[in-house]
Amino acid sequence: MSTFASSFTLEQSEAPRPTRGRGSSMRSWRLLDRLIFIAAWGAGLGLCLITGAIVVYMGVRGFQYLRPELLVTRPQEGASQEGAGGFLDPLIGTAVLTAIGLAIALPLGVCSAAWIVEYGRPSWLARMVESAIEIVAGTPDIVIAIFGLAIFELSFMGVFSSKSPSGVVIGRSFIAAGAMMSLIALPPLYAATRDGLQAVPAHIREAAFALGKTRIATIRRVLIPSVRSNIATGVTLGVSRIVGDTAIVLLLLAETSRNESAGSVPLLGFLRGTGSTLTSFVYDNSPAGEGKSADKAYAAAFVLLLFILALNWAVGRVSRAQARSSGFDVGGRL
Amino acid sequence: MDLAQVKTTPLARLRQPWSDRRAELTLGAASLLVCVAVVAMVVFVAVHAWPTIEHNNGVSWLGSGGDLDRQLEGMVGTSVHPPVSAYHVRAWPLIYSTLLTTAIALALALPLALLSSIFIVEFAPAPLRRVIVPIVRLLASVPSVIYGLIGILVLVPFVGNHLITIPEKTAVQNEVELTGAGLLVTAVVLAVMIAPIMVALISQALASVPASWREGAMALGVHKLRATLAVSLKAIRPAIVAATALACARALGEVVMISMVSGSRTFAPNLTHGPLVFLYEPLRTLGSAIVDNREGFFGGAPAQSSTLYAFALLLLLAAIALSLGSYLVKRPLRKYQTR
Repeated sequence: MSTFASSFTLEQSEAPRPTRGRGSSMRSWRLLDRLIFIAAWGAGLGLCLITGAIVVYMGVRGFQYLRPELLVTRPQEGASQEGAGGFLDPLIGTAVLTAIGLAIALPLGVCSAAWIVEYGRPSWLARMVESAIEIVAGTPDIVIAIFGLAIFELSFMGVFSSKSPSGVVIGRSFIAAGAMMSLIALPPLYAATRDGLQAVPAHIREAAFALGKTRIATIRRVLIPSVRSNIATGVTLGVSRIVGDTAIVLLLLAETSRNESAGSVPLLGFLRGTGSTLTSFVYDNSPAGEGKSADKAYAAAFVLLLFILALNWAVGRVSRAQARSSGFDVGGRL
Repeated sequence: MDLAQVKTTPLARLRQPWSDRRAELTLGAASLLVCVAVVAMVVFVAVHAWPTIEHNNGVSWLGSGGDLDRQLEGMVGTSVHPPVSAYHVRAWPLIYSTLLTTAIALALALPLALLSSIFIVEFAPAPLRRVIVPIVRLLASVPSVIYGLIGILVLVPFVGNHLITIPEKTAVQNEVELTGAGLLVTAVVLAVMIAPIMVALISQALASVPASWREGAMALGVHKLRATLAVSLKAIRPAIVAATALACARALGEVVMISMVSGSRTFAPNLTHGPLVFLYEPLRTLGSAIVDNREGFFGGAPAQSSTLYAFALLLLLAAIALSLGSYLVKRPLRKYQTR
């Protein structure tokens, strides 16, 4: 839920560590302190071990079960996935949801960050927007999914999803799920952009003002370009939350393993239709779902984990490049 | 550029330099959308939950009584305009299980997070620290469905086959079947999921405590660990509380993993069965009840979907309270610039 957790870095102190004086050896420590010290090492290494175990285990299972043809064949029709069939449709579904979510969240996140940092008047309104984003960040995705259902089930939202034979709007579609995905991608995007803008030194703005630029021109021509890498970090974090989310997909999209179009209009029909993503495919094929194919669940989960690893690596790279290249420090706090 | 020509197409007009006033209003309006979304979320969920609240005397649906699974199933058969009696529901087992898993997961994760934050900030050798920070970040971003998959395919069979003994199974066989999926696995996996969030926030706060404060303590003769415990940890207490609140929100809202590894049976783990059996007993939380019964939204059973909205309302209110709480707690930290 936290926008903060997924992107933290620690500023490393540059000062040389003080050399150990006499008396700092552990021999003089009380027993309790020694135990705490050992426990601290254990906890730190334990976290590494858990992560390592997850990655290695999923890797082993992935190499065991992932065959290339799984990536390019469509799932079987119906719930059961025993036997043939891959997860091409879930892959496409994940990509489409990410695209829709980002298309909404990116402008919204950047605009609200720019407004909060550069204008922010009246201040009570700015505070309200900030706490609203914080609330969205803390809201469980299942509640966001249910909210989406309540909206897209309204009869005038029928254009965004399909109708049941009795004429009731179903409220399940790529558009519905993507719109709700934008809500969970928004907080990290906003936070990253805001932190970048706040770290831009005042003299850069003043220089732009002195050249006769208006505030909005400064934002568009000076500030946004200079925080591009922050925005990239935010996008990566947002994407990794969209790719990893299951609850919204289960409620708002995943009726079938195959992507089913609603209506005959090519692109719109697809977006109005239902489908599945990697996460819902894993869920449905685990013993908790109806697919009854643990092999495919492992294979899809491995692909999913590869995405997450790649996104994490990208975040690390962007923030390192940022720290090295930029003249001013726009460290990825929060 | 010919101004008259430029003004003819709307797209070209957008490319023109904006006036500051217009830009401020546009950006402000975009930001306000988020506020509108939050208000709409509360209103929509509350309106849909209202029939359940109304027909259960306001709060009595939070109480206990009867078999919840049967109550929910009974709602499916009712018509589009269900009678008042169809709304009868007593959700206490779900609320109890939600609170129980959250509390146990927090109790496991908090010491783990505190110790590993101290380790990362104070004791880890520099090369190790460079590795461990991205590792914690990765742990925080592993999707919950992967945790669920590992839980249900690895941990649950392990607990079911190796930890639970036959006498324990037979002791409660009249009430519930112990398969391994239950409180223990749920709480442990949940703790692993929320610990990285706490580590991120706590170690950030710990790193921002001015070094001079600890050095002052060390100059008075205590060693590094004591100084950290006595000075730094005390200084960042608000951050610890805020991190706990955030982790709590995450734990309350975790749905998919719990739905996979908790056994998904509406059952309130019972301490009188003995502490070990208690840990092995299955459960179902508010969120996983929504996911498990999700077809109720599409089956034309208004009573059931209203009940599920009521569960979501509880989660939403808890999340809002926790965000506001952590905001209030974090405020004193800003004074020291240590957030």
